[in-house]
Amino acid sequence: MAVDPTPTNMPIPEPRRATETAGRGFDAPTTGLTAVKRSVPSQIWYVLRRWPIIPIVILISITVIAVGAEWIAPTDPNVQKLNFNLLEPTWGQPRPENELAANEADFDLTTDEGQIGYMIASKKGFTREEYILGSDGLGRDVLSRIIHGAGVSLKVSGYALLSGVIIGTSMGILGGYYGGWLDEVLMRFVDIWNALPFLLIAIMVGATIGATETSVIIIIAMIAWPPFVRNVRADVLTIRSLDYVNAARIMGASNLRLMMKHILPGTVSTVLVIATLRVGGLILTESVLSFLGVGIPDPVPTWGKMVDEGYQYLINGVWWSSFFPGLSIFLLVMSMNFFGDWLRDRLDPKLRQLD
Amino acid sequence: MILSTIAATAIVFSLSRAVGDPLLLFATSGYGISDEAVAEIRKELALDRSYPEQYLLWLGRVLRGDLGQNLAFKLPVTRIITEKIPHSLQLGTFAWFFSGTVGVSLGVLSAMKRGTIADYGGRFVALIGQSVPVFWFAIILIYVFAVWLDWLPAGLAGDSTQDPSLWQLEYLVLPVLAMSLGGLAGYLRLTRSSMLEVLDSEYVKLARAKGVGTTYVIWKHAFRNALIQPLTASTLAFAGFIEGALVVETIFSRPGIGLMAVQAVHGNDFPILQGAVLMFILVYVIATFLTDIVYALVDPRIRYD
Repeated sequence: MAVDPTPTNMPIPEPRRATETAGRGFDAPTTGLTAVKRSVPSQIWYVLRRWPIIPIVILISITVIAVGAEWIAPTDPNVQKLNFNLLEPTWGQPRPENELAANEADFDLTTDEGQIGYMIASKKGFTREEYILGSDGLGRDVLSRIIHGAGVSLKVSGYALLSGVIIGTSMGILGGYYGGWLDEVLMRFVDIWNALPFLLIAIMVGATIGATETSVIIIIAMIAWPPFVRNVRADVLTIRSLDYVNAARIMGASNLRLMMKHILPGTVSTVLVIATLRVGGLILTESVLSFLGVGIPDPVPTWGKMVDEGYQYLINGVWWSSFFPGLSIFLLVMSMNFFGDWLRDRLDPKLRQLD
Repeated sequence: MILSTIAATAIVFSLSRAVGDPLLLFATSGYGISDEAVAEIRKELALDRSYPEQYLLWLGRVLRGDLGQNLAFKLPVTRIITEKIPHSLQLGTFAWFFSGTVGVSLGVLSAMKRGTIADYGGRFVALIGQSVPVFWFAIILIYVFAVWLDWLPAGLAGDSTQDPSLWQLEYLVLPVLAMSLGGLAGYLRLTRSSMLEVLDSEYVKLARAKGVGTTYVIWKHAFRNALIQPLTASTLAFAGFIEGALVVETIFSRPGIGLMAVQAVHGNDFPILQGAVLMFILVYVIATFLTDIVYALVDPRIRYD
């Protein structure tokens, strides 16, 4: 008896998992009968939820800004103009300069706090058009420093991620392929590694020998690799007993060839997904190191360092010199996580539990 | 467990020695000090022995409960740490508890009301919480609640710097909030996805089909099973709070173990540093151990031999 493959009286099940992750739209029920007519806003919303357009736009613009920092930044990020420090953001609107808007008598000029307060108050409305996002405590342009700092975050996390991918993937493949004591040792090593307080080690290195760009990259690479090992190993355990691998082995392929040529390609999607989900955390770590003063040293402006330098003026109401760099970190990391979620759902839904 | 503690302390010990001679930075920092005095301090701190010997000496003393004296004031490290650790433990436990309860309940809510405003709100919180830098969030909290609205105090653990009090809770609110956001997001995501998975399973469908009430199904059948994953993750969350303690205690100048460690690093006070590292590792190891126990309590299928 022939069964109608699409009984029309049955309700069409909504795909269960489709709305799982934020930003990923649910697939419209594919009835094949009628095309649903949508209004324009709803179409836009649908596309935005289905494709990670906003994160990709943010990521691309941050990359473009990082590459073209020299040409895009309005001024030199390291030029200090002490008489123009702690200026309010102008938001690109040129405003007249009016000096001394504050009354000296309102402030206790014998204390540091009073002096800073007076200084800030006297500069209310005293704005110059080039300080679009204001200036920091040393009179440097916040916007220019943010633009120049973009490259640092991308570069450090990129290199660290790359080394993490190489180390983690090779350890995962070795452990999964050979098994036995090597596997045991590698897995135990990962466990011990995870118990190490890396932030403390990073601060230790930074405070004693002084941080350099290389040392920061190495430290971040040290926390980048462990997540790859376990997941790649799990993949390898399945792949190595597949027929085509056995066939290759029977044909006389060496261990190295089996690992590189036949097993490695099977782990690519896992590696890619973990890498995109992981990179946000690495950027955050880089910014924490910079914030604690053991990141990449001056004169390179980094976002974490800018927040650190800016937050001491918070008590005087100067929020812009620490807010905007932090916002940049947040946007970059959020876009990365968003994109990673989307990629995971596309490539490797079984990794959904990995958070 | 003991093995991993020993291995981890050994790695940290060798790293701390690999990055520079502690004595050079301590003893010759701009003051004239004779070679004999250097040799004497070196001998006193056993720095003239080989690294493995130094490590074993240190380990032996630790096992007897002696963490040595700090370099700056010659105070016993054990005393400094016992003074500082209540502040960190208090902060960590409050943050752990807060992020756990709020995160898990938001996760359950988000899974139950899937596709509604509540769900979107929950996922939005999760997304922000995973991407926001702790120190930036802390600074925003300080600006809004301490500077702008002037509701809560920003720093320290009490009104006095000399004798910071543990139980002035208004000093705890902002640090705990700042510290919990990341963990809260993690719990929320995990609970939500495992809750959805469990709600989709056969036995929940059976319970529903035989007419068990929604509340009962959710709390008795689904929730207990969905809880396993967040519980496993709570170890990592605790490790995250250790990292958070360094940053949050620095920003809010809470006299805890994180701030102590940061200050010890800048003063190159390696006995304190070793003590702090040992504390951090111990917390991690104990948290892992506790998770295993709770895990077995929640999920009767798991039995350890």
